[in-house]
Amino acid sequence: MLKTIENSAAVTQAADQNQSTPPMVRFDKVTKRFGDLVVLNALDLDVAPNERVAIIGPSGSGKSTLLRLLMTLETPNEGVIYVEGEPLNMMPRNGKLVPADERHIRRVRQRIGMVFQHFHLFPHMSALGNVIEAPIHVLGLSRQEAVTRGEELLEMVGLVDKRDQRPSQLSGGQQQRVAIARSLAMRPDIMLFDEVTSALDPELVGEVLSTIRRIGEEHNITMLIVTHEMGFAKEFADRVCFFDEGKICEQGPAKELLTNPQNPRTQRFLQAVLG
Amino acid sequence: MNIWDWEFAWRIMPLLLDAVVITVYATVLGFAFAAVFGLVLALMRRSHRPWISLPTVAFVEFVRSTPLLVQIYFLYFVLPEFGVLMPAIVAGILGLGLHFSTYCSEVYRAGLDGVPRGQWEAAVSLNMSRYRTYRDIVIPQAIPPVVPALGNYLVGMIKETPLLSSIAVVEVMQQAKIIGSETFRYIEPITLVGAFFLVVSLVAMMGIRRTEAWLRQKVLGSH
Repeated sequence: MLKTIENSAAVTQAADQNQSTPPMVRFDKVTKRFGDLVVLNALDLDVAPNERVAIIGPSGSGKSTLLRLLMTLETPNEGVIYVEGEPLNMMPRNGKLVPADERHIRRVRQRIGMVFQHFHLFPHMSALGNVIEAPIHVLGLSRQEAVTRGEELLEMVGLVDKRDQRPSQLSGGQQQRVAIARSLAMRPDIMLFDEVTSALDPELVGEVLSTIRRIGEEHNITMLIVTHEMGFAKEFADRVCFFDEGKICEQGPAKELLTNPQNPRTQRFLQAVLG
Repeated sequence: MNIWDWEFAWRIMPLLLDAVVITVYATVLGFAFAAVFGLVLALMRRSHRPWISLPTVAFVEFVRSTPLLVQIYFLYFVLPEFGVLMPAIVAGILGLGLHFSTYCSEVYRAGLDGVPRGQWEAAVSLNMSRYRTYRDIVIPQAIPPVVPALGNYLVGMIKETPLLSSIAVVEVMQQAKIIGSETFRYIEPITLVGAFFLVVSLVAMMGIRRTEAWLRQKVLGSH
């Protein structure tokens, strides 16, 4: 138990190093209910700039909901989510926080990108078309700029030769890499990965994980990664949060938590997952 | 003998063909209106703003539950009482267009509902506006699957155009009635009218199939 406290102290310390700058992401007592079901229960979570946080836990523990709230695909019932000190789901008006309007949400959301379990590529566009759509129409880039940037990103994910192919002509792993490129094309400060390898055949998981590693090497991006790939979490993440029943049950530096969990529920979960 | 007079049939053919042009003209314009306005109605119905969606629902339900003939009469005979005057052909096209736009809007609604939620979520994750998401992502995927259903309404509309004869638009049915009343021969003109509708409907259906195949190819890029 003592170890857990130390761990979280280490984490807070890391965040405190930039005391002047607020955390990149802050969940402040965020509750999300679906009907009577409490999916997230007064959750507090701070993520430092450029930190990589892996989120693990049993299904239904609220992991994906956390990411979906941050992406504004869901709205919290209570609490405030901040992006670098700026409220996301609320906005200040006359010194009070009121529910945010579409304009406010779009402005703050600009900094966040998300990659989904089932890719959600646009099936009627080529790989390149998927990557340049939002940069042109949301960021206002010229077509030429967007294509140049899009080709660079497809190059980075190893798919520049597939630029004119439709998603239906690509394998799952390739589709997911296009989806990663599409998200990166918006130059997000924060990227959310929601079980991005869970829908893939086992032999395709590696190519997607190494793409994420490469982003970690080449870009300064804060990452929240919901995953079942414990090996990847251990080696890639700075911190692991174990979710259970809508709360963070245990968290700490990735290697420590995954090799030496303190909470019995974490131990049971890891035992079941790692076999 | 003399049940069918070929010579008479040939003689009235040019008159009827001229009237077929009016029928086709009214159908094409009416359906263009219905296809475009139907999509507008479907989008308005999906609006998050109740002051847009609720009147749309009311309008669609009202128009769908009243006869086209009554609507055409309303446009042509009642609106002038309020100073809104229009030529018969315009009233007819507008009536057909409005009436069928409500049916088309239901077809589009099904198509829009059929676009997976994940497409919307991806658009949100790229911070796209609702307008841009509809325009570039949702509508292009919603339309190809509903083209056959729209085609049924096109054929349906073709077959409703004789109602325009009630406001004295000289479309093919009206022309046949005129010929009949002047010559007391109905067999040839009415039979020919039936044959014309058959041909026009078949051509329309073929056109719809081609459009569907072309759109599928273009949008989904399937081989």
